[in-house]
Amino acid sequence: MRLGVPQIALAVLLLSSPPAVAAPQTHVVVIDKMKFGAVPASVRVGDRILWVNKDMFRHTATAKDGSFNVDLPPGAKGTSIVRKAGALLVNCRYHPAMRATLKVSA
Amino acid sequence: MSAKSSLLAAAAAFAITIVAAPVLADNGPSDAEIAHIAYTAGALDVTAAKQALAKSHNAEVRSFAEVMVRDHDAVNDQALALVKKLGVTPADNATSQALSKQASATHDRLAKLDGAAFDRAYAQNEAAYHQAVNGALKTTLIPSADNGELKSLLETGLTLFGEHQQHAEQLAKKL
Repeated sequence: MRLGVPQIALAVLLLSSPPAVAAPQTHVVVIDKMKFGAVPASVRVGDRILWVNKDMFRHTATAKDGSFNVDLPPGAKGTSIVRKAGALLVNCRYHPAMRATLKVSA
Repeated sequence: MSAKSSLLAAAAAFAITIVAAPVLADNGPSDAEIAHIAYTAGALDVTAAKQALAKSHNAEVRSFAEVMVRDHDAVNDQALALVKKLGVTPADNATSQALSKQASATHDRLAKLDGAAFDRAYAQNEAAYHQAVNGALKTTLIPSADNGELKSLLETGLTLFGEHQQHAEQLAKKL
């Protein structure tokens, strides 16, 4: 079958559909043994971060820019939404030496 | 005596207390003694934090003390559950007794202070105390622990004490 112009145009459109229109993703960051675990490599504005506290201690995931502050008692989970591109610094209010940096792209 | 030198003196006093105690000679402490020392170290810090909560009006000092109570209670609850599971009875020993004696002297010294002087002395002592316990965990308690689960809990304790030490040092600098 020969493809007409409209079919080719559609195929090109589907193949090249830009990531900016991709649905928001949820990334998991595990907190355990007084540390933030590995952070996702690719975070985009609008994505969610699911913070999972596997530690025996109460923690928080607190954005330095004030955009979110998730209280995480032992065993708790909580979600925050990333609103801004750039380096997002996160720490625990109770344990200031616990830090993570997320690189967020637009 | 400057703040820094009093901090160093306190750290040295704790280090001598922990390292020189006879129970740590030769083959190191038994798991029953290690459990007792680790539990005592946590419980003493909770007592110190309760003194701070009773005396201090500084929001940062109070918030730090609340974290100390919560974290050390949490790790000590795990320690109690573990010794019960293992059928180990924590054994009192010279190191635990020396720690308690030292903490009691610190408690009496801090009881005479108020306001900013209390806050500074508490934060400095917390930094020194956590540093000394970290040293004992690293050099003696963790290497001497035979049971894997006890060793793992002590390692979590070391991470916790390490963070608390940094937190206390930052707090002491601000006061």
